[in-house]
Amino acid sequence: MRTAVVLSLVSLALLAIPLVAPAYYVTLMLPFMAYGVVLLGLNLLFGYTGLVSFGHALFIGIGAYTGAVLTTRFGVRQMELILPAAMLAAAVVAAPVGALCVRYVKIYFGTLAFGMVFYTFLLKFYKLTGGDEGMRMLRPWLLGSEWAGWSKTAYLIGPYYYFSLAVLVLATLLMWRIVRSPFGLCLKTIRENQLKAESLGVSVPLYRWYAFIISAAYAAVGGALLATPTGNVDPTLAYWTHSGNIVFMVLLGGFSSFFGPLLGAFVFIFLQDTVMSIFPYWRLIFGAILAFIVIFAPGGLMGLFARRRPVEVPRG
Amino acid sequence: MILEARDVRKLYGPYVALDGVSLSIREGEFVSVIGPNGAGKSTLINVLTGLLAPSAGTVRFKDRDIGGIGMVALTRLGMARSFQLVQIFPELTVLESLQAAVVSRLGGGARIFASLAGDHRIQKDALEIATLFNLADKAHVLARELPQGDKKLLDVASAFALRPEIILLDEPTSGVSTADKHAIMEILVGAAKRIGLRAIIQVEHDMDIVFGYSDRIIALHQGKVLADAAPAQIEADAQVMDMVVGRRHPSSAPQPPGAPHPALSPEGRGNADPSPPPGERAG
Repeated sequence: MRTAVVLSLVSLALLAIPLVAPAYYVTLMLPFMAYGVVLLGLNLLFGYTGLVSFGHALFIGIGAYTGAVLTTRFGVRQMELILPAAMLAAAVVAAPVGALCVRYVKIYFGTLAFGMVFYTFLLKFYKLTGGDEGMRMLRPWLLGSEWAGWSKTAYLIGPYYYFSLAVLVLATLLMWRIVRSPFGLCLKTIRENQLKAESLGVSVPLYRWYAFIISAAYAAVGGALLATPTGNVDPTLAYWTHSGNIVFMVLLGGFSSFFGPLLGAFVFIFLQDTVMSIFPYWRLIFGAILAFIVIFAPGGLMGLFARRRPVEVPRG
Repeated sequence: MILEARDVRKLYGPYVALDGVSLSIREGEFVSVIGPNGAGKSTLINVLTGLLAPSAGTVRFKDRDIGGIGMVALTRLGMARSFQLVQIFPELTVLESLQAAVVSRLGGGARIFASLAGDHRIQKDALEIATLFNLADKAHVLARELPQGDKKLLDVASAFALRPEIILLDEPTSGVSTADKHAIMEILVGAAKRIGLRAIIQVEHDMDIVFGYSDRIIALHQGKVLADAAPAQIEADAQVMDMVVGRRHPSSAPQPPGAPHPALSPEGRGNADPSPPPGERAG
């Protein structure tokens, strides 16, 4: 009940923000919503399957570059086509990468290596990718409309904001369903106890692989959404520090909560903006925050907010 | 013959853990594997359940070679197991833990968008097993918050939730208080009858449990089968008792060869109602 009330209030606030908030803050919400989609997928791996991917920016990059290539090279401007194409491209890459990675855990879960391979590809294959300058991401059409008469800011804080919100809501509802499905339960058993899961017939590599591909598709959607506000994509989207940032967001919000990563994305974006405006060494502050979370609040912000009801255990 | 091992050897480098072990498990049997530490009991269970591939020899289940095929494949063939150390899903509730086994049995794990809560068959089957194992009142308790005896029960119950044909239990009462041991065994035997289990193999150190519940005892010593006989015959064999049990066990009543299997036969020991007497289970 309390969750429903909070979600209703948050939904109303998200709908009202473009109407009441200054344009600057509305545009800050765009990366929040893009990262929100990314983190929903990342947390399927991290929070629900127990795999930490330090190379997930690979799939953000694939999503962003898919959008850039489609809009600039192929004239495909419809966001409704770009997003599925980004998901497909990410899934095609994730299938072999995941097949190689999912048998290993902890630091051996080698997505970082593949992320860096892709980063190097983007950097070095200049003619294809634009090298370190990247590629332009032309303004995508939304719901069949070019929104030609709208300035960039008006487009971003109007139709693009609500389109991103719709994608975030849809992604959230789908992920909500996934983690509460028989499939989601199998992922949790893998996270909790791999040996026991296998003894119950849960094929650990197979389920991890499924989760990895879904997670990659989510990251690609987020990447495509992320590219539009800046209008440009570059290799840093796939760089390992970007992967570190999204893992940080998950930790900040709390990976053991469904909504924790979304809260983490929100706080990260606005905290980064605030800290950067007053202190040039913002990474120092964020490092201290990360240390605080790891030591004092392993459940992240959601862990601090959530009040766990004590469970009565009958004793014989 | 449900399960058969022939001349199984298992080597860990130069160390011979199993040395030409042969055994067969028949319909309706409750077989205990005993032996001192290092005799190869857990290795045998791990080889029989596909967790380890034998270095030589064959293991056949339902006339199919299952050597090293892995636990997941064996589960689908109808074999389940529990472990010596309690294996649970600490942050899942009792019901979720059992649901996971039911999902696996029904082959529905890949249903990505299906509602777990809305699947009545999964809910019903999981609750039925929880009831069989006296865990229904703790269905929504996290596994890590259960008392040790209930954790052990949950571990075994989740294997039963697979509704296997044969189950291999590695010390099903280890780490459990003496007061809880017989209660767990009574529940286990009652549940086995209820779900129509065809055979049980257990590794056990507690000789009260071994002699009290087994149709047949296989004694291992230094990786070899020292004896394979009914409890009464084992008890009458001074050499086996000295080498494997370390003492003469007083509690076992002699049984004639070919007597009905007490654990799994309908007329045997244990009530169909798996509930232990009130107060028998300590927290």
